[in-house]
Amino acid sequence: MREGNHGGARVLVVDDNKVNRLLLTRNLELMHLHVTTAENGRVALEMLRREAFDLLLLDIEMPEMNGFEVLEQLVRDLQLRDLPVIVTSSLEGVDNVVRCIELGAEDYLNKPVNPVLLKARIGASLEKKRLRDQQKELVRRFATAEVAQDLQESGFSLGGKRVNGSVMFSDIRNFTPLAESQPPEETIELLNTYYTLMFNAISGHGGIVSQMAGDGLMAVFGAPLPLPDHCDAAVRAALEMIEMIELFNADQAAAGKPQIRIGIGIASGEMVAGYTGTNERATYTCIGDTVNVASRLEAHTKLAERAILIDGVTRAGLRESAKLEALGPVNIRGKAQPVEVFGVTVGEKVAVGQK
Amino acid sequence: MTDAAIDRATFENLKATAGADFVHELIDTFLTEAPAMFEDLRSALAANDAARFKRAAHSLKSNSNTFGALTLGAKAKNLELGGLASAREPGDPLDALAREYARVAAALKELKRA
Repeated sequence: MREGNHGGARVLVVDDNKVNRLLLTRNLELMHLHVTTAENGRVALEMLRREAFDLLLLDIEMPEMNGFEVLEQLVRDLQLRDLPVIVTSSLEGVDNVVRCIELGAEDYLNKPVNPVLLKARIGASLEKKRLRDQQKELVRRFATAEVAQDLQESGFSLGGKRVNGSVMFSDIRNFTPLAESQPPEETIELLNTYYTLMFNAISGHGGIVSQMAGDGLMAVFGAPLPLPDHCDAAVRAALEMIEMIELFNADQAAAGKPQIRIGIGIASGEMVAGYTGTNERATYTCIGDTVNVASRLEAHTKLAERAILIDGVTRAGLRESAKLEALGPVNIRGKAQPVEVFGVTVGEKVAVGQK
Repeated sequence: MTDAAIDRATFENLKATAGADFVHELIDTFLTEAPAMFEDLRSALAANDAARFKRAAHSLKSNSNTFGALTLGAKAKNLELGGLASAREPGDPLDALAREYARVAAALKELKRA
């Protein structure tokens, strides 16, 4: 999952004209973006289907396959329909601009492109993509007994409600180099084992996994069904997850296979939870500040060099005692106030008397 | 519109945002690529290929405007909008376009040396 800073985002520049390609590439590289180029729409589509890009800068007038045709293809492609596209063209006529927007282009910039405008539009598009990716990760299909039951009882109503709960984010550290260092089948097998272990630990403590993406997952404690001790449940689940990973690593080491480490972030508080989608297919989603904080804490585990981080709200909600280490306030993107962060000590059974 | 081959404000702005060294490379690229665009215009005209003609004129317009070659850009735009018929008008518009390009190429080389 890419962080908010857009540096390193991958942009595909499609233009049949070499001067335009060079100039756009130059402007984008000055923004610290990673640029790949294609000289017509057909080549661009091949590249898009082969590698992941964050943004497409598309010319319209091109031989073989023009920009309109590319836009039409993208709309029909489930994998690519959400890719933001900025059209850069010097086509004459407002009707062409309208056509691009109607075909799903995010924005239209006239050539020669004004670099300041380009920078602003690209920033906005990448930010929108980041939010959309985040939302997509939230809206994942999942089916647990609790949710199925809740859906049944609520008559598949798709409305949301405010709930109090704990949100957990967890992912495998340095997973990409690990995945690249071994055959794909091994990676998938490893992920399957990892997910099975994590699911068991989470559901064993009353939580539900609401999304999985790559090597990361998000779990919710306290929704859709209320859980009075959701803070304790989340922390206990996290400790069990770490314990499971340690057992798993022992097995891996014995088999001469790579070991993994995970980072877990937990935040608690109010959030909006509900089913989104259509009546045929609904997914359970949690949205709000609490979700954001949990995600940021998970990212912060690398910097803090702790396996489990929780926020002050979760700490205050603990009924059982856990061995905690105050790490002080941490500034978190999207939060005006710094968040009090605590590391949960791992490797000792939850001790009594230190809170 | 001034009669200068290159609008200095546009050119200086390009240099300021993309860097002088890079702009010099870009000039070289343009001077290398432009003859093929003219070739395209002429052969598309001979072959009555309206789409290719329009695309070549469009390319030339786009690059001209990038460097501030506004007169050349305007002439190329007329051909882009007017299509094959406009190239067959009296006064040989393609020839006029080529003359303006020669002026632009000289001016760009001069700017590179400056």
